[in-house]
Amino acid sequence: MLRAALPLLGLPLAGAGATEEPTQEPGSPGEPPPGLALFRWQWHEVEAPYLVALWILVASLAKIVFHLSRKVTSLVPESCLLILLGLVLGGIVLAVAKKAEYQLEPGTFFLFLLPPIVLDSGYFMPSRLFFDNLGAILTYAVVGTLWNAFTTGAALWGLQQAGLVAPRVQAGLLDFLLFGSLISAVDPVAVLAVFEEVHVNETLFIIVFGESLLNDAVTVVLYKVCNSFVEMGSANVQATDYLKGVASLFVVSLGGAAVGLVFAFLLALTTRFTKRVRIIEPLLVFLLAYAAYLTAEMASLSAILAVTMCGLGCKKYVEANISHKSRTAVKYTMKTLASCAETIIFMLLGISAVDSSKWAWDSGLVLGTLFFILFFRALGVVLQTWVLNQFRLVPLDKIDQVVMSYGGLRGAVAFALVILLDRTKIPAKDYFVATTIVVVFFTVIVQGLTIKPLVKWLKVKRSEHHKPTLNQELHEHTFDHILAAVEDVVGHHGYHYWRDRWEQFDKKYLSQLLMRRSAYRIRDQIWDVYYRLNIRDAISFVDQGGHVLSSTGLTLPSMPSRNSVAETSVTNLLRESGSGACLDLQVIDTVRSGRDREDAVMHHLLCGGLYKPRYRKDGMANTEATNGKPPRDLGFQDTAAVILTVESEEEEDSDSSETEKEDDEGIIFVARATSEVLQEGKVSGSLEVCPSPRIIPPSPTCAEKELPWKSGQGDLAVYVSSETTKIVPVDMQTGWNQSISSLESLASPPCTQAPAMTRLPPRSLVTEEPQAPLNLPSDLRPSFAFPPSLAKAGRSHSESSADIPQQQELQPLMGHEDHTHLSPGTANSHWCIQFNRGGRL
Amino acid sequence: MERAPGSGRVPRVLAESPSACAPAVSQASLLRLYHRFRALDWNEKGYLSRVDLQQIGALAVNPLGDRIIDSFFPDGSLHLDFPGFVRVLARFRPVDDEDNGNRDPKEPEPLNSRMNKLRFAFQLYDLDRDGKISRQEMLQVLRLMVGVQVTEEQLESIADRTVQEADEDGDGAVSFLEFAKSLEKMNIEQKMSIRILK
Repeated sequence: MLRAALPLLGLPLAGAGATEEPTQEPGSPGEPPPGLALFRWQWHEVEAPYLVALWILVASLAKIVFHLSRKVTSLVPESCLLILLGLVLGGIVLAVAKKAEYQLEPGTFFLFLLPPIVLDSGYFMPSRLFFDNLGAILTYAVVGTLWNAFTTGAALWGLQQAGLVAPRVQAGLLDFLLFGSLISAVDPVAVLAVFEEVHVNETLFIIVFGESLLNDAVTVVLYKVCNSFVEMGSANVQATDYLKGVASLFVVSLGGAAVGLVFAFLLALTTRFTKRVRIIEPLLVFLLAYAAYLTAEMASLSAILAVTMCGLGCKKYVEANISHKSRTAVKYTMKTLASCAETIIFMLLGISAVDSSKWAWDSGLVLGTLFFILFFRALGVVLQTWVLNQFRLVPLDKIDQVVMSYGGLRGAVAFALVILLDRTKIPAKDYFVATTIVVVFFTVIVQGLTIKPLVKWLKVKRSEHHKPTLNQELHEHTFDHILAAVEDVVGHHGYHYWRDRWEQFDKKYLSQLLMRRSAYRIRDQIWDVYYRLNIRDAISFVDQGGHVLSSTGLTLPSMPSRNSVAETSVTNLLRESGSGACLDLQVIDTVRSGRDREDAVMHHLLCGGLYKPRYRKDGMANTEATNGKPPRDLGFQDTAAVILTVESEEEEDSDSSETEKEDDEGIIFVARATSEVLQEGKVSGSLEVCPSPRIIPPSPTCAEKELPWKSGQGDLAVYVSSETTKIVPVDMQTGWNQSISSLESLASPPCTQAPAMTRLPPRSLVTEEPQAPLNLPSDLRPSFAFPPSLAKAGRSHSESSADIPQQQELQPLMGHEDHTHLSPGTANSHWCIQFNRGGRL
Repeated sequence: MERAPGSGRVPRVLAESPSACAPAVSQASLLRLYHRFRALDWNEKGYLSRVDLQQIGALAVNPLGDRIIDSFFPDGSLHLDFPGFVRVLARFRPVDDEDNGNRDPKEPEPLNSRMNKLRFAFQLYDLDRDGKISRQEMLQVLRLMVGVQVTEEQLESIADRTVQEADEDGDGAVSFLEFAKSLEKMNIEQKMSIRILK
């Protein structure tokens, strides 16, 4: 049904248009008006998409129900439950409709259900781990699959020759080889579904899972070759055909990978230019990946390999190019689609099994197949591992081998392939179908159920959560370099050598070409870890209620220029951590030792307190000139200050205009306050002219003059400010509500003092708030009262009045606060950003 | 690139002091290393100089290349003989089970022990050999490793944080013990080994 339904998905638009037309023009000439129908039942127009949606809904509801009981899901893998549910539903449908409907159709499966799962697994594949184990993965995928196919096929044929398979199963050696080829491949969907819940160590997981992805090429080739041999008839097969079969293995696998890489390249290149249309970034990722799949499918190459390579290849560049929001969108959409497809696959598998018209039972064949696939899988794994261990640094031990043998799950791919067989050419198809169903059910249900206890019983090394630390990251890089160097010295061009080469090539050419310049500059792994750690600190700080550390905690993410990113991801992470599937929760728990924290407190207090004001004035000095990037050559002490204020400035820049920074807030902001965006877009445009502050360094003299709070006062100011930041969002919220109407009615021409926007550094204290809303102390609300008399800044009453509590507390800053009031427009824009954040929280 | 060594010389060198020059490195890799040593020693002076190692193309672009070359020449010596060459590389030999299992506690720690591997990495950081990685030394390494795209201030905050993270006694520097502790979760035996040196 789905196959029929999904291509029709395009129809609802046409259908809806068609149905609307008659109702809108009941009096069209020539036709007697049917009279106004109050109620029309139009099931047929919506049937197909409606059913699809309904099935997905049923599947999702089933998932929810499963997860209501923690006990059940901890014992039984979801895939088992779904298959069982499918069986029940199929039985109901069969009983009601007297015929089996809604089965897993190969077309639907290969064109719609499989791609999201493969894309998800390719895109989120830990690439380092994957390439570290590439040799083993390829061996198991290619040699292992060939071995399984031929041994299983041959053994089944032998079984038949021995008379253990009923003679009504009419199949020759080629038929059995064909069956062996489709039943031998480990299935990525099943493996993923089961192994994700088992949590074995990463190496083991990546080997089994990587094998299941990469063996697609082998399966496809074997299946096609055998199928065409069967169709040609074994008598007509010539030696050249065998050669062609071998050659096609290379064509299909390498071709598929090449298609994937080409699309990965295109995808990365495209996202380089989406700076101004952030909203389509997630769409691009999905479209191009799907295009890769379809292209490979069209050219009868390995589509799974294509999508895997596409996801694997593009991720680094795409992630760097797209905005944070798009990243989250991609992640969630991908996960949602994959989980949706997986759910449907298992459910439909269950339903399909009910249809007894499709299959015919033969105990000998079924039992023989079950035994052979288990036996040859185990044997193959042992043999290959023995060979591989001669070359592996870390040998795979016996327990690993047991899990690998036992984890060789078959799944929907095999089922779809067996359904695709031509009954006229392969008379034993029905028997094969039945056997496949049994094998799939056995592996998914029995092995899926028992693998968890088995892993526990064998004490397989589990995956342990690494809490990444800067030291680990840095030293890991050091180790990589050391090993590459040692290989150089030893003169052995091994894995480390080539990885090092590749990284250099990537750094020199690929990244330059595929990442936008800002992203390229930002992208660095050590930096990345640093940056994430800061975010985690912020989160843990917020989690603790933010009391003890409030003054310093708020300045903790006092990182250089990418802070706008930092902040948004704090909120993102926070939201994600609520979703239950958060890897980061564990990391949040890793609060550093008390002494560490004290040090951090002291450090940040000093940084913030001593140097921030100084830079603030720097910012003033080059109001017109800089676009907020810190001058590079400042001494250490200045840097802290630079860091802090830049944060706020860039916040503005990136939020409102489209400079080179990542502007995650762009979309929301546009939606709320278009005029300011336009306005500030111009500003940033003018700023872009001088991309680096180094060209026009801040004038130190001016700086010296305007530094009244240079020494001790700054300390106080910072402390006070961070306290006030807690209050401000609350006030602002009320203030905003009061003023938004007045703002809109005034339709104020966006501020005329555009350059003044960059004067915001004086307000940097306030701009730290994006962190503050995270821990809004709601009890502060009643304590606040607007002093309306102080509202003096023309149009933007609320904004200025909101400043007042601060003005009272931040006496040292008052002079500059006044400056900002001259530009209410920019102030507005500034505050809206704050509100957007607050609202989203 | 590798020239066949004089047929008589290899056994002689290896026979001279196999245990002294090549602690626990197998004969096969010893032979391989000897070939390599001779190939690097292009003018047959019997030892390697810094220049010889610097001529390895890939090493020149390695951000830590210079430091790694330096670590082949301990105590400011200018000549690297074959035993020294092997001794440095022996640290990267994979750790066997037998190494951990029935080792005589009286014997000195094997060169490829976890601590020795870590020590090798540590001395790449610790330029002034005072047994501590100071903030400044950390910064220098970061400067080498992190691309140009990260600004100096950012580097400094990273360095600060890195030192802070590992520093346990609060002296603002990372001692070797602290260094080892910060990596205790990591599988050093695996990450600092090269299979061909078995």
